[in-house]
Amino acid sequence: MGEVRINAKDMPYQVLNQRVRALVASGEKDIILDNVLGQRFIGDGIRGDDVTITVNGVPGGDLAMFMSGPTVIVHGNADHAPGNTMDNGKVVIHGSAGDAVAHSMRGGRVYVRDNIGYRGGINMKEYQTKRPILVVGGSARAFLGEYMAGGLVIVLGTDGVAPVSGRGVGSGIHGGEIIVRGRIDNTCLGGGAEQKKLTEDEKKAIRPILEDFVRTFTIDPDPVFSAEYSKIVPASKRPFASKYTWE
Amino acid sequence: MDGSKIREALASMDERGSGEGSGYVAYGIYPDYKEYYALHVFFDNIREHKVPLEDLLEKWGMIIHDEQIKTYEQPGLRKVHTPWRYFFRPNPSMMPKSTSPEEDIITSLVMKVNSERNGALIFSSGKNLGVFKAAGWPEDVANFYRIQDYKGYLWLAHNRYPTNTAGWWGGAHPFNLLNWSVVHNGEITSYGTNRRYIESFGYKCTMHTDTEVVAYLIDLLVRKHGLSEEMAVRAFAPPFWDEIDRMQKKDQELNRALRLAYGPALMNGPFAICVAKENLLCGFTDRIKLRPLVAAESGDRLFISSEEAAIRRIDDDVTNIRMPGAGEPVIGRLYA
Repeated sequence: MGEVRINAKDMPYQVLNQRVRALVASGEKDIILDNVLGQRFIGDGIRGDDVTITVNGVPGGDLAMFMSGPTVIVHGNADHAPGNTMDNGKVVIHGSAGDAVAHSMRGGRVYVRDNIGYRGGINMKEYQTKRPILVVGGSARAFLGEYMAGGLVIVLGTDGVAPVSGRGVGSGIHGGEIIVRGRIDNTCLGGGAEQKKLTEDEKKAIRPILEDFVRTFTIDPDPVFSAEYSKIVPASKRPFASKYTWE
Repeated sequence: MDGSKIREALASMDERGSGEGSGYVAYGIYPDYKEYYALHVFFDNIREHKVPLEDLLEKWGMIIHDEQIKTYEQPGLRKVHTPWRYFFRPNPSMMPKSTSPEEDIITSLVMKVNSERNGALIFSSGKNLGVFKAAGWPEDVANFYRIQDYKGYLWLAHNRYPTNTAGWWGGAHPFNLLNWSVVHNGEITSYGTNRRYIESFGYKCTMHTDTEVVAYLIDLLVRKHGLSEEMAVRAFAPPFWDEIDRMQKKDQELNRALRLAYGPALMNGPFAICVAKENLLCGFTDRIKLRPLVAAESGDRLFISSEEAAIRRIDDDVTNIRMPGAGEPVIGRLYA
């Protein structure tokens, strides 16, 4: 089957999303949404590893929430929480995104070419083979990776921008890793978080992810691969054990 | 710009509301009466409540003109109040000890009328501007007032989702006092402290909701105390003490002084707020950014919204789209 286009101009999000779900259910694999403007919940809960939804425009919040398998490509900026509790699949944003990107994500990948807002990767988690990945090409705001329980956040700060501006990075983190280009100022670290230099082996381990990212957005790979990185991780195995009164 | 696009932009965020309150304020809509205070009033009952209000107004000044605000029946909106407008000239000699007698007369009238609640509520009291609000969805409220018939140079609009108090006409945003208008997304958890503080200066909180303190606080800090809008926002959403400790000495002194002097004006909890007056639009969020705010420009126009898509619904050619930092004010000024 070929591509299917929907003109989403002035279409309420309920109607748009019903149509997308119906198309996916009928076996369509390549769905293109034109003139998207503010429609929420696009791609939410849909399944199918071979389905691609292309969003031309500026979608509303909670894009690809609970999604399991498909790829959502956005040509424009996304609003809050794309990849919210996403289970599997890929979200690619050719632009920036709002607050709480990859909120509670549990699997798959979210790539944002430019910048994200506050609380990127908040509450991300992982389980056995499922490990969500958020990669940001530009910069992230405060409280990046807040309450992270697992998964991987990478912020590249390409074009020389500071990868993180703001406080509370990894605040309350008890699992997973936040990797940033260069180092962040220790005053930006949240409670329970610790910053370490990324070793060559660790860098090698994330190389395939970075390769995929620069290929996706046709970014000059050299500065990305040659840069030094730091990782922000929980300060101990159970940094908040003393917070639980019954222990 | 007329209100039709504003309505459309606001309606595109219906998910953010619950149909229990919506409103608009437009600046520049009463050029023929621009030297008078335009008082918008909700009457519970015209027969009983109109004459006592007019008696009070005539005591403090002169009613230049009054008329019913035109409304158009909407199936989705129950008209529980009758909106009325007065163009009013206060008599400054009635408040001889004040340095700004006209504004103080208006403020005290608004506080008196709204706290006594005698079937009248003044919900708009500035010059050459008007608030239009009701309990309903943005589209219904806009159609109720035919918001497209008003042409303003500065607009605020709001879609309410009341969470802590009941929705009612007076509780819809924008909140207005004199030329200040305020819309707010979030909740001000420091409301108790802020309210006690502001009431110690003679303001009375009567709308059963947190946002009105913002209108009174900004009136106090900027109009009465002479702070710049930037400083007022910094008093509302100040830097953290550890951030102040790391500042240059001069900035430390300023920020410490501001926090100590205006501690009770600090607002906690999640908020994104837009404040307007006749020559200003100012948007800001709480200091840990618990609510969204997007700013964009198009020519000499400034847009501030919860969502970029809503801005693009008015003007798709916007540039310089950005998310202001936590507590960082975005200010547009009008130089006429």
